[in-house]
Amino acid sequence: MLIGKSPKIPTSEITSETTYLNRRKFIGQSAALIAGSGLLSSAQAGLQPDDEITPEDIVTQFNNFYEFGTDKSDPFENAHAMTTDPWTVNVSGEAKKTGDFAFEDIIKGMTAEERIYRFRCVEAWSMVVPWMGIPLKKILEQFEPTGNAKYVEFKTLVRPDEMPGQSSFFSSIDWPYTEGLRMDEAYNPLSIMVTGLFGKELPNQNGAPWRLMVPWKYGFKSVKSIVSIRFVEKEPLNTWQQLQASEYGFYANVNPAVSHPRWSQASERRLPSTLFNTNRRPTLPFNGYAEEVAHLYKGMDLKKFF
Amino acid sequence: MVMVKRRPNSTLKFTLAVFAGAPFAWLVYLISLEIAQPTSGLGPDPAEGLLHYLGEWSMIMLLVAFSVTPVRRIFKQPLLARSRRMMGLFAFAYVFLHLLAYIVLYVELSMQQLLEDFVERTYITAGIAAFFGLLAMAITSTKGWRRRLGQNWLRLHKVIYLVVPLALLHLIWLRKDGFADITLYILWFVILLGERAYQVRKSRQAATV
Repeated sequence: MLIGKSPKIPTSEITSETTYLNRRKFIGQSAALIAGSGLLSSAQAGLQPDDEITPEDIVTQFNNFYEFGTDKSDPFENAHAMTTDPWTVNVSGEAKKTGDFAFEDIIKGMTAEERIYRFRCVEAWSMVVPWMGIPLKKILEQFEPTGNAKYVEFKTLVRPDEMPGQSSFFSSIDWPYTEGLRMDEAYNPLSIMVTGLFGKELPNQNGAPWRLMVPWKYGFKSVKSIVSIRFVEKEPLNTWQQLQASEYGFYANVNPAVSHPRWSQASERRLPSTLFNTNRRPTLPFNGYAEEVAHLYKGMDLKKFF
Repeated sequence: MVMVKRRPNSTLKFTLAVFAGAPFAWLVYLISLEIAQPTSGLGPDPAEGLLHYLGEWSMIMLLVAFSVTPVRRIFKQPLLARSRRMMGLFAFAYVFLHLLAYIVLYVELSMQQLLEDFVERTYITAGIAAFFGLLAMAITSTKGWRRRLGQNWLRLHKVIYLVVPLALLHLIWLRKDGFADITLYILWFVILLGERAYQVRKSRQAATV
Protein backbone atom coordinates (compact mmCIF):
# COMPACT_ATOMS: atom_id res chain seq x y z
CA MET A 1 0.00 0.00 0.00
CA LEU A 2 1.32 3.42 -0.86
CA ILE A 3 1.08 5.74 2.07
CA GLY A 4 1.89 9.40 1.57
CA LYS A 5 3.13 11.55 4.38
CA SER A 6 0.29 13.99 4.18
CA PRO A 7 -2.74 12.91 6.17
CA LYS A 8 -2.61 15.59 8.80
CA ILE A 9 -5.41 14.19 10.85
CA PRO A 10 -3.31 13.39 13.90
CA THR A 11 -2.18 9.81 13.42
CA SER A 12 -3.54 8.99 16.85
CA GLU A 13 -7.03 9.69 15.52
CA ILE A 14 -6.77 7.35 12.56
CA THR A 15 -7.50 3.70 12.82
CA SER A 16 -5.28 1.57 10.63
CA GLU A 17 -7.06 -0.61 8.11
CA THR A 18 -5.94 -3.81 9.83
CA THR A 19 -7.18 -2.69 13.20
CA TYR A 20 -10.30 -1.45 11.53
CA LEU A 21 -10.87 -4.72 9.73
CA ASN A 22 -10.18 -6.71 12.88
CA ARG A 23 -12.58 -4.48 14.71
CA ARG A 24 -15.22 -5.09 12.07
CA LYS A 25 -14.61 -8.79 12.44
CA PHE A 26 -14.90 -8.45 16.17
CA ILE A 27 -18.08 -6.43 15.83
CA GLY A 28 -19.40 -9.02 13.43
CA GLN A 29 -18.64 -11.79 15.88
CA SER A 30 -20.10 -9.95 18.83
CA ALA A 31 -23.13 -9.02 16.74
CA ALA A 32 -23.60 -12.69 15.92
CA LEU A 33 -23.19 -13.53 19.58
CA ILE A 34 -25.63 -10.87 20.64
CA ALA A 35 -28.09 -11.85 17.94
CA GLY A 36 -27.74 -15.42 19.16
CA SER A 37 -28.57 -14.41 22.68
CA GLY A 38 -31.57 -12.48 21.40
CA LEU A 39 -30.35 -9.08 22.56
CA LEU A 40 -30.10 -6.01 20.39
CA SER A 41 -26.74 -4.65 19.42
CA SER A 42 -25.48 -1.69 21.35
CA ALA A 43 -22.05 -3.08 22.00
CA GLN A 44 -20.39 -1.12 19.18
CA ALA A 45 -20.34 2.21 20.97
CA GLY A 46 -17.36 1.47 23.16
CA LEU A 47 -15.29 0.33 20.19
CA GLN A 48 -15.34 3.60 18.25
CA PRO A 49 -12.32 5.85 18.41
CA ASP A 50 -12.63 9.36 17.05
CA ASP A 51 -12.07 8.87 13.34
CA GLU A 52 -12.83 5.45 12.06
CA ILE A 53 -12.72 4.88 8.31
CA THR A 54 -16.24 4.82 6.94
CA PRO A 55 -17.20 1.39 5.58
CA GLU A 56 -16.59 1.03 1.85
CA ASP A 57 -20.20 0.16 0.98
CA ILE A 58 -21.34 3.45 2.49
CA VAL A 59 -18.66 5.53 0.77
CA THR A 60 -19.59 3.96 -2.57
CA GLN A 61 -23.39 3.75 -2.16
CA PHE A 62 -24.32 7.00 -0.44
CA ASN A 63 -23.38 9.80 -2.81
CA ASN A 64 -24.45 13.18 -4.05
CA PHE A 65 -23.80 13.17 -7.80
CA TYR A 66 -26.82 14.93 -9.28
CA GLU A 67 -25.82 13.98 -12.82
CA PHE A 68 -27.20 10.55 -11.90
CA GLY A 69 -30.20 11.68 -9.85
CA THR A 70 -30.88 13.51 -6.61
CA ASP A 71 -31.32 10.52 -4.30
CA LYS A 72 -28.24 9.42 -2.40
CA SER A 73 -28.64 5.93 -3.85
CA ASP A 74 -29.08 7.10 -7.48
CA PRO A 75 -25.36 7.41 -8.33
CA PHE A 76 -24.66 3.83 -7.24
CA GLU A 77 -27.64 2.60 -9.23
CA ASN A 78 -27.05 4.63 -12.39
CA ALA A 79 -23.38 5.52 -12.70
CA HIS A 80 -22.30 2.20 -14.21
CA ALA A 81 -23.65 3.49 -17.53
CA MET A 82 -20.95 6.17 -17.75
CA THR A 83 -18.13 5.43 -20.18
CA THR A 84 -14.81 6.41 -18.63
CA ASP A 85 -12.49 4.97 -21.24
CA PRO A 86 -11.45 6.76 -23.42
CA TRP A 87 -11.41 9.91 -21.31
CA THR A 88 -10.30 13.21 -22.77
CA VAL A 89 -9.54 16.31 -20.74
CA ASN A 90 -9.58 19.73 -22.31
CA VAL A 91 -7.08 22.20 -20.88
CA SER A 92 -7.56 25.84 -21.75
CA GLY A 93 -7.04 29.42 -20.66
CA GLU A 94 -4.01 31.06 -19.12
CA ALA A 95 -1.45 28.31 -19.63
CA LYS A 96 1.31 27.51 -22.07
CA LYS A 97 0.21 23.97 -22.77
CA THR A 98 -3.41 23.78 -23.72
CA GLY A 99 -5.57 21.46 -25.81
CA ASP A 100 -7.11 18.02 -25.53
CA PHE A 101 -5.22 15.43 -23.53
CA ALA A 102 -5.87 11.76 -22.92
CA PHE A 103 -6.40 11.19 -19.21
CA GLU A 104 -3.69 8.49 -19.09
CA ASP A 105 -1.16 10.88 -20.60
CA ILE A 106 -1.81 13.52 -17.96
CA ILE A 107 -1.18 11.17 -15.06
CA LYS A 108 1.53 9.14 -16.78
CA GLY A 109 4.49 8.48 -14.50
CA MET A 110 2.69 9.81 -11.45
CA THR A 111 1.93 7.60 -8.48
CA ALA A 112 -1.25 7.86 -6.53
CA GLU A 113 -0.68 7.99 -2.78
CA GLU A 114 -3.18 7.12 -0.11
CA ARG A 115 -4.71 10.06 1.74
CA ILE A 116 -7.17 9.46 4.52
CA TYR A 117 -9.30 12.58 4.73
CA ARG A 118 -12.32 13.70 6.63
CA PHE A 119 -15.11 14.42 4.20
CA ARG A 120 -17.72 16.97 5.26
CA CYS A 121 -20.88 17.51 3.21
CA VAL A 122 -22.70 20.85 3.38
CA GLU A 123 -25.77 18.81 4.37
CA ALA A 124 -24.13 18.26 7.78
CA TRP A 125 -23.03 14.65 7.44
CA SER A 126 -19.46 13.45 7.24
CA MET A 127 -17.28 10.43 6.52
CA VAL A 128 -13.63 9.43 6.75
CA VAL A 129 -12.39 8.26 3.38
CA PRO A 130 -9.18 6.58 2.21
CA TRP A 131 -8.60 8.21 -1.17
CA MET A 132 -5.79 7.44 -3.60
CA GLY A 133 -4.65 10.60 -5.28
CA ILE A 134 -2.01 12.77 -6.92
CA PRO A 135 -1.16 16.25 -5.61
CA LEU A 136 -3.13 18.71 -7.71
CA LYS A 137 -0.11 20.99 -7.97
CA LYS A 138 1.86 18.27 -9.72
CA ILE A 139 -0.91 17.85 -12.27
CA LEU A 140 -1.55 21.52 -12.92
CA GLU A 141 2.10 22.54 -13.20
CA GLN A 142 2.68 20.39 -16.25
CA PHE A 143 0.38 22.73 -18.23
CA GLU A 144 2.57 25.68 -17.23
CA PRO A 145 -0.06 28.19 -16.13
CA THR A 146 0.96 31.81 -16.82
CA GLY A 147 1.06 34.71 -14.38
CA ASN A 148 -2.50 35.59 -15.36
CA ALA A 149 -3.82 32.32 -14.00
CA LYS A 150 -5.35 33.37 -10.70
CA TYR A 151 -7.98 30.66 -10.55
CA VAL A 152 -8.54 27.21 -11.97
CA GLU A 153 -11.95 26.06 -13.09
CA PHE A 154 -13.07 22.42 -13.41
CA LYS A 155 -16.01 20.96 -15.29
CA THR A 156 -17.75 17.61 -15.06
CA LEU A 157 -18.67 15.49 -18.04
CA VAL A 158 -21.93 16.30 -19.83
CA ARG A 159 -23.46 13.19 -21.39
CA PRO A 160 -27.23 13.12 -20.90
CA ASP A 161 -27.66 9.70 -22.49
CA GLU A 162 -25.42 8.21 -19.81
CA MET A 163 -26.42 10.58 -17.02
CA PRO A 164 -30.16 10.47 -16.26
CA GLY A 165 -30.01 13.53 -13.99
CA GLN A 166 -28.81 15.63 -16.92
CA SER A 167 -31.62 14.55 -19.18
CA SER A 168 -34.24 14.98 -16.46
CA PHE A 169 -36.95 17.51 -17.21
CA PHE A 170 -37.22 18.25 -13.50
CA SER A 171 -33.67 19.43 -12.93
CA SER A 172 -32.84 23.12 -12.76
CA ILE A 173 -29.06 22.77 -12.92
CA ASP A 174 -27.26 24.38 -15.83
CA TRP A 175 -24.83 21.61 -16.79
CA PRO A 176 -21.89 21.12 -16.86
CA TYR A 177 -21.28 21.09 -13.13
CA THR A 178 -18.61 23.71 -12.57
CA GLU A 179 -16.28 24.35 -9.68
CA GLY A 180 -13.12 26.31 -9.11
CA LEU A 181 -10.25 27.07 -6.78
CA ARG A 182 -7.90 29.96 -6.29
CA MET A 183 -4.44 28.93 -7.55
CA ASP A 184 -2.91 29.01 -4.07
CA GLU A 185 -5.71 26.75 -2.85
CA ALA A 186 -5.10 24.40 -5.76
CA TYR A 187 -1.37 24.33 -4.99
CA ASN A 188 -1.89 23.57 -1.31
CA PRO A 189 -0.39 20.15 -0.52
CA LEU A 190 -3.76 18.90 0.75
CA SER A 191 -5.42 19.38 -2.66
CA ILE A 192 -5.38 16.19 -4.69
CA MET A 193 -6.83 14.66 -7.80
CA VAL A 194 -8.32 11.38 -6.74
CA THR A 195 -7.96 8.32 -8.96
CA GLY A 196 -8.61 5.57 -6.43
CA LEU A 197 -10.62 4.62 -3.39
CA PHE A 198 -9.97 1.93 -0.76
CA GLY A 199 -6.87 0.93 -2.71
CA LYS A 200 -8.93 0.22 -5.84
CA GLU A 201 -9.89 2.08 -8.97
CA LEU A 202 -12.22 5.01 -8.31
CA PRO A 203 -15.81 3.82 -8.84
CA ASN A 204 -17.98 5.75 -11.32
CA GLN A 205 -20.38 6.95 -8.62
CA ASN A 206 -17.47 8.54 -6.76
CA GLY A 207 -16.32 10.47 -9.83
CA ALA A 208 -14.30 8.17 -12.09
CA PRO A 209 -11.85 8.37 -13.65
CA TRP A 210 -10.70 11.31 -11.55
CA ARG A 211 -12.13 13.87 -9.21
CA LEU A 212 -10.92 16.71 -7.06
CA MET A 213 -10.57 16.41 -3.29
CA VAL A 214 -10.11 19.51 -1.14
CA PRO A 215 -10.83 18.24 2.37
CA TRP A 216 -11.17 21.59 4.15
CA LYS A 217 -14.10 22.59 1.91
CA TYR A 218 -17.65 21.26 1.76
CA GLY A 219 -17.97 18.22 -0.46
CA PHE A 220 -19.65 20.00 -3.36
CA LYS A 221 -16.35 21.79 -4.13
CA SER A 222 -14.71 18.46 -4.93
CA VAL A 223 -15.98 18.16 -8.49
CA LYS A 224 -16.23 14.68 -10.02
CA SER A 225 -15.50 13.09 -13.42
CA ILE A 226 -13.55 16.10 -14.67
CA VAL A 227 -13.28 16.75 -18.44
CA SER A 228 -12.20 20.38 -18.45
CA ILE A 229 -9.49 22.36 -16.68
CA ARG A 230 -9.38 26.07 -17.40
CA PHE A 231 -6.94 28.60 -15.97
CA VAL A 232 -8.62 31.97 -15.55
CA GLU A 233 -7.97 35.43 -14.20
CA LYS A 234 -11.42 35.99 -12.69
CA GLU A 235 -13.20 33.98 -10.02
CA PRO A 236 -15.25 31.27 -11.77
CA LEU A 237 -18.96 31.00 -11.04
CA ASN A 238 -19.48 27.60 -9.46
CA THR A 239 -22.70 25.68 -10.04
CA TRP A 240 -24.24 25.96 -6.56
CA GLN A 241 -23.46 29.65 -6.33
CA GLN A 242 -25.12 30.08 -9.71
CA LEU A 243 -28.21 28.25 -8.44
CA GLN A 244 -28.48 29.96 -5.06
CA ALA A 245 -25.90 32.66 -4.38
CA SER A 246 -27.40 33.51 -1.01
CA GLU A 247 -26.65 30.01 0.24
CA TYR A 248 -23.51 28.88 -1.54
CA GLY A 249 -20.38 30.92 -2.06
CA PHE A 250 -17.19 30.39 -4.00
CA TYR A 251 -15.01 29.45 -1.05
CA ALA A 252 -17.26 26.98 0.81
CA ASN A 253 -14.70 26.40 3.53
CA VAL A 254 -16.03 24.18 6.29
CA ASN A 255 -16.91 26.68 8.99
CA PRO A 256 -19.00 25.89 12.07
CA ALA A 257 -19.36 29.61 12.76
CA VAL A 258 -21.14 30.40 9.49
CA SER A 259 -24.54 28.77 9.51
CA HIS A 260 -26.22 27.84 6.27
CA PRO A 261 -29.85 28.79 5.53
CA ARG A 262 -30.77 25.11 5.32
CA TRP A 263 -28.51 23.49 7.87
CA SER A 264 -26.70 24.52 10.99
CA GLN A 265 -23.01 23.87 10.38
CA ALA A 266 -22.03 23.75 14.03
CA SER A 267 -22.06 19.97 14.14
CA GLU A 268 -22.19 16.97 11.83
CA ARG A 269 -23.47 13.41 11.77
CA ARG A 270 -20.60 11.02 11.20
CA LEU A 271 -21.84 8.19 9.02
CA PRO A 272 -22.93 5.56 9.54
CA SER A 273 -25.19 6.86 12.23
CA THR A 274 -27.92 4.75 13.77
CA LEU A 275 -31.50 5.56 14.58
CA PHE A 276 -30.73 6.01 18.24
CA ASN A 277 -27.31 7.57 17.94
CA THR A 278 -26.75 10.11 15.20
CA ASN A 279 -23.05 10.02 15.97
CA ARG A 280 -23.05 13.80 16.14
CA ARG A 281 -19.82 15.61 16.70
CA PRO A 282 -18.78 19.25 16.58
CA THR A 283 -17.64 20.47 13.18
CA LEU A 284 -14.10 21.80 13.16
CA PRO A 285 -12.99 25.01 11.41
CA PHE A 286 -11.64 24.07 7.98
CA ASN A 287 -12.83 20.55 8.76
CA GLY A 288 -9.87 20.09 11.09
CA TYR A 289 -7.25 21.26 8.59
CA ALA A 290 -6.86 24.83 9.90
CA GLU A 291 -3.17 24.35 10.52
CA GLU A 292 -2.58 23.54 6.84
CA VAL A 293 -4.90 26.03 5.16
CA ALA A 294 -6.00 28.86 7.49
CA HIS A 295 -3.09 31.02 6.28
CA LEU A 296 -4.63 31.07 2.79
CA TYR A 297 -7.48 33.22 4.10
CA LYS A 298 -5.60 35.61 6.35
CA GLY A 299 -7.32 38.98 6.52
CA MET A 300 -10.46 37.73 4.78
CA ASP A 301 -13.87 38.02 6.42
CA LEU A 302 -14.98 34.41 6.20
CA LYS A 303 -18.56 35.34 7.04
CA LYS A 304 -18.60 37.38 3.86
CA PHE A 305 -16.54 35.03 1.71
CA PHE A 306 -18.43 31.90 2.70
CA MET B 1 -68.97 -7.89 23.58
CA VAL B 2 -71.59 -6.01 21.69
CA MET B 3 -71.99 -7.02 18.10
CA VAL B 4 -71.75 -4.07 15.78
CA LYS B 5 -73.86 -4.25 12.69
CA ARG B 6 -71.74 -3.42 9.65
CA ARG B 7 -72.93 -0.23 8.11
CA PRO B 8 -72.37 0.11 4.39
CA ASN B 9 -69.68 2.74 4.89
CA SER B 10 -67.55 0.73 7.28
CA THR B 11 -66.04 -1.48 4.57
CA LEU B 12 -65.05 1.59 2.59
CA LYS B 13 -63.68 3.26 5.68
CA PHE B 14 -61.73 0.17 6.65
CA THR B 15 -60.22 -0.13 3.16
CA LEU B 16 -59.18 3.51 3.23
CA ALA B 17 -57.64 3.05 6.66
CA VAL B 18 -55.60 0.09 5.43
CA PHE B 19 -54.27 2.13 2.52
CA ALA B 20 -53.52 5.16 4.66
CA GLY B 21 -51.82 3.01 7.28
CA ALA B 22 -49.73 0.99 4.82
CA PRO B 23 -46.82 3.48 4.59
CA PHE B 24 -46.66 3.50 8.37
CA ALA B 25 -46.64 -0.30 8.50
CA TRP B 26 -43.82 -0.33 5.93
CA LEU B 27 -41.91 2.17 8.05
CA VAL B 28 -42.28 -0.06 11.10
CA TYR B 29 -40.81 -2.87 9.01
CA LEU B 30 -37.89 -0.65 7.89
CA ILE B 31 -37.24 0.40 11.47
CA SER B 32 -37.24 -3.21 12.63
CA LEU B 33 -34.63 -3.99 9.92
CA GLU B 34 -32.67 -0.98 11.05
CA ILE B 35 -32.73 -2.09 14.68
CA ALA B 36 -31.70 -5.63 13.79
CA GLN B 37 -28.86 -4.37 11.61
CA PRO B 38 -27.98 -0.66 11.43
CA THR B 39 -28.04 0.95 7.94
CA SER B 40 -30.02 -1.95 6.47
CA GLY B 41 -33.50 -0.42 6.61
CA LEU B 42 -33.09 3.34 6.39
CA GLY B 43 -29.58 3.74 5.00
CA PRO B 44 -26.37 5.09 6.54
CA ASP B 45 -28.09 8.29 7.66
CA PRO B 46 -31.28 6.82 9.17
CA ALA B 47 -32.41 9.96 11.00
CA GLU B 48 -32.59 11.79 7.70
CA GLY B 49 -33.99 8.75 5.90
CA LEU B 50 -36.82 8.51 8.40
CA LEU B 51 -37.44 12.25 8.37
CA HIS B 52 -37.73 12.38 4.59
CA TYR B 53 -39.88 9.26 4.40
CA LEU B 54 -42.37 10.70 6.88
CA GLY B 55 -42.22 14.12 5.21
CA GLU B 56 -43.00 12.71 1.78
CA TRP B 57 -45.97 10.72 3.14
CA SER B 58 -47.19 13.71 5.15
CA MET B 59 -47.45 15.65 1.90
CA ILE B 60 -49.22 12.83 0.09
CA MET B 61 -51.68 12.19 2.95
CA LEU B 62 -52.47 15.88 3.23
CA LEU B 63 -53.35 15.92 -0.46
CA VAL B 64 -55.34 12.70 -0.09
CA ALA B 65 -57.35 14.20 2.78
CA PHE B 66 -57.85 17.35 0.74
CA SER B 67 -59.12 15.15 -2.13
CA VAL B 68 -61.88 13.41 -0.19
CA THR B 69 -64.57 16.02 -0.81
CA PRO B 70 -63.86 16.60 -4.51
CA VAL B 71 -63.69 12.85 -5.15
CA ARG B 72 -66.97 12.42 -3.30
CA ARG B 73 -68.60 15.04 -5.52
CA ILE B 74 -67.07 14.02 -8.82
CA PHE B 75 -67.69 10.29 -8.41
CA LYS B 76 -70.94 10.73 -6.49
CA GLN B 77 -69.83 8.73 -3.47
CA PRO B 78 -71.71 10.35 -0.58
CA LEU B 79 -70.41 7.74 1.87
CA LEU B 80 -66.92 9.17 1.48
CA ALA B 81 -67.96 12.14 3.61
CA ARG B 82 -67.85 9.83 6.61
CA SER B 83 -64.16 9.06 5.98
CA ARG B 84 -63.06 12.65 5.65
CA ARG B 85 -62.21 13.14 9.30
CA MET B 86 -60.34 9.86 9.44
CA MET B 87 -58.21 10.76 6.41
CA GLY B 88 -57.49 14.18 7.91
CA LEU B 89 -56.38 12.55 11.12
CA PHE B 90 -54.15 10.15 9.21
CA ALA B 91 -52.51 13.13 7.52
CA PHE B 92 -52.09 14.76 10.91
CA ALA B 93 -50.53 11.59 12.32
CA TYR B 94 -47.88 11.50 9.57
CA VAL B 95 -47.14 15.20 10.01
CA PHE B 96 -46.92 14.74 13.78
CA LEU B 97 -44.50 11.81 13.42
CA HIS B 98 -42.47 13.82 10.89
CA LEU B 99 -42.17 16.68 13.40
CA LEU B 100 -41.39 14.27 16.21
CA ALA B 101 -38.64 12.60 14.16
CA TYR B 102 -37.19 16.02 13.39
CA ILE B 103 -37.19 17.13 17.03
CA VAL B 104 -36.03 13.87 18.61
CA LEU B 105 -33.77 12.26 16.01
CA TYR B 106 -32.58 15.15 13.90
CA VAL B 107 -31.94 18.08 16.23
CA GLU B 108 -31.75 15.68 19.17
CA LEU B 109 -33.81 17.86 21.48
CA SER B 110 -31.40 20.77 21.32
CA MET B 111 -33.48 23.81 22.27
CA GLN B 112 -30.94 26.18 20.81
CA GLN B 113 -30.93 24.33 17.48
CA LEU B 114 -34.74 24.26 17.38
CA LEU B 115 -35.00 28.00 17.98
CA GLU B 116 -32.36 28.72 15.37
CA ASP B 117 -34.22 26.54 12.88
CA PHE B 118 -37.61 28.12 13.59
CA VAL B 119 -36.31 31.64 13.23
CA GLU B 120 -33.61 31.42 10.56
CA ARG B 121 -34.80 28.66 8.27
CA THR B 122 -37.89 29.79 6.42
CA TYR B 123 -38.76 26.31 5.17
CA ILE B 124 -38.93 25.13 8.76
CA THR B 125 -41.00 28.16 9.78
CA ALA B 126 -43.47 27.31 7.00
CA GLY B 127 -43.55 23.67 8.09
CA ILE B 128 -44.22 24.56 11.72
CA ALA B 129 -46.97 26.98 10.73
CA ALA B 130 -48.61 24.24 8.67
CA PHE B 131 -48.36 21.90 11.66
CA PHE B 132 -50.14 24.30 14.00
CA GLY B 133 -52.92 24.81 11.47
CA LEU B 134 -53.38 21.04 11.29
CA LEU B 135 -53.16 20.70 15.04
CA ALA B 136 -56.08 23.10 15.46
CA MET B 137 -58.07 21.04 12.97
CA ALA B 138 -57.17 17.74 14.64
CA ILE B 139 -58.12 18.96 18.13
CA THR B 140 -61.47 20.33 16.97
CA SER B 141 -62.27 17.29 14.83
CA THR B 142 -64.42 15.67 17.52
CA LYS B 143 -68.21 15.82 17.47
CA GLY B 144 -68.19 17.81 20.71
CA TRP B 145 -65.95 20.53 19.30
CA ARG B 146 -67.90 20.64 16.12
CA ARG B 147 -71.12 21.28 18.07
CA ARG B 148 -69.53 23.81 20.39
CA LEU B 149 -67.98 25.82 17.56
CA GLY B 150 -71.08 25.84 15.39
CA GLN B 151 -70.58 28.01 12.32
CA ASN B 152 -67.03 28.83 13.42
CA TRP B 153 -66.07 25.19 12.98
CA LEU B 154 -66.33 25.46 9.21
CA ARG B 155 -64.48 28.75 9.29
CA LEU B 156 -61.69 27.28 11.38
CA HIS B 157 -61.35 24.28 9.12
CA LYS B 158 -60.85 26.52 6.11
CA VAL B 159 -57.30 26.78 7.50
CA ILE B 160 -56.58 23.74 5.31
CA TYR B 161 -56.36 26.21 2.41
CA LEU B 162 -53.30 27.64 4.18
CA VAL B 163 -51.93 24.37 5.50
CA VAL B 164 -51.49 22.66 2.13
CA PRO B 165 -49.70 25.59 0.42
CA LEU B 166 -47.48 26.04 3.48
CA ALA B 167 -46.56 22.37 3.37
CA LEU B 168 -45.80 22.70 -0.35
CA LEU B 169 -43.62 25.76 0.33
CA HIS B 170 -41.83 23.85 3.08
CA LEU B 171 -40.92 21.18 0.54
CA ILE B 172 -40.11 23.56 -2.33
CA TRP B 173 -37.80 25.70 -0.21
CA LEU B 174 -36.06 22.66 1.17
CA ARG B 175 -35.44 20.88 -2.13
CA LYS B 176 -32.30 21.76 -4.03
CA ASP B 177 -32.95 20.00 -7.30
CA GLY B 178 -35.04 17.18 -8.78
CA PHE B 179 -38.56 18.56 -8.77
CA ALA B 180 -40.56 15.66 -10.22
CA ASP B 181 -42.59 14.85 -7.10
CA ILE B 182 -43.10 18.52 -6.22
CA THR B 183 -44.47 19.19 -9.69
CA LEU B 184 -46.93 16.35 -9.23
CA TYR B 185 -48.05 17.64 -5.81
CA ILE B 186 -48.57 21.17 -7.08
CA LEU B 187 -50.56 19.88 -10.04
CA TRP B 188 -52.67 17.73 -7.73
CA PHE B 189 -53.32 20.71 -5.44
CA VAL B 190 -54.25 22.99 -8.33
CA ILE B 191 -56.74 20.44 -9.68
CA LEU B 192 -58.38 20.16 -6.26
CA LEU B 193 -58.57 23.94 -5.97
CA GLY B 194 -60.05 24.09 -9.47
CA GLU B 195 -62.80 21.66 -8.53
CA ARG B 196 -63.68 23.74 -5.48
CA ALA B 197 -63.72 26.96 -7.50
CA TYR B 198 -66.06 25.26 -9.95
CA GLN B 199 -68.38 24.20 -7.10
CA VAL B 200 -68.47 27.71 -5.68
CA ARG B 201 -69.32 29.12 -9.10
CA LYS B 202 -72.03 26.54 -9.61
CA SER B 203 -73.67 27.20 -6.27
CA ARG B 204 -73.58 30.96 -6.90
CA GLN B 205 -75.25 30.48 -10.25
CA ALA B 206 -77.85 28.24 -8.63
CA ALA B 207 -78.49 30.92 -6.03
CA THR B 208 -79.10 33.63 -8.61
CA VAL B 209 -81.53 31.53 -10.65
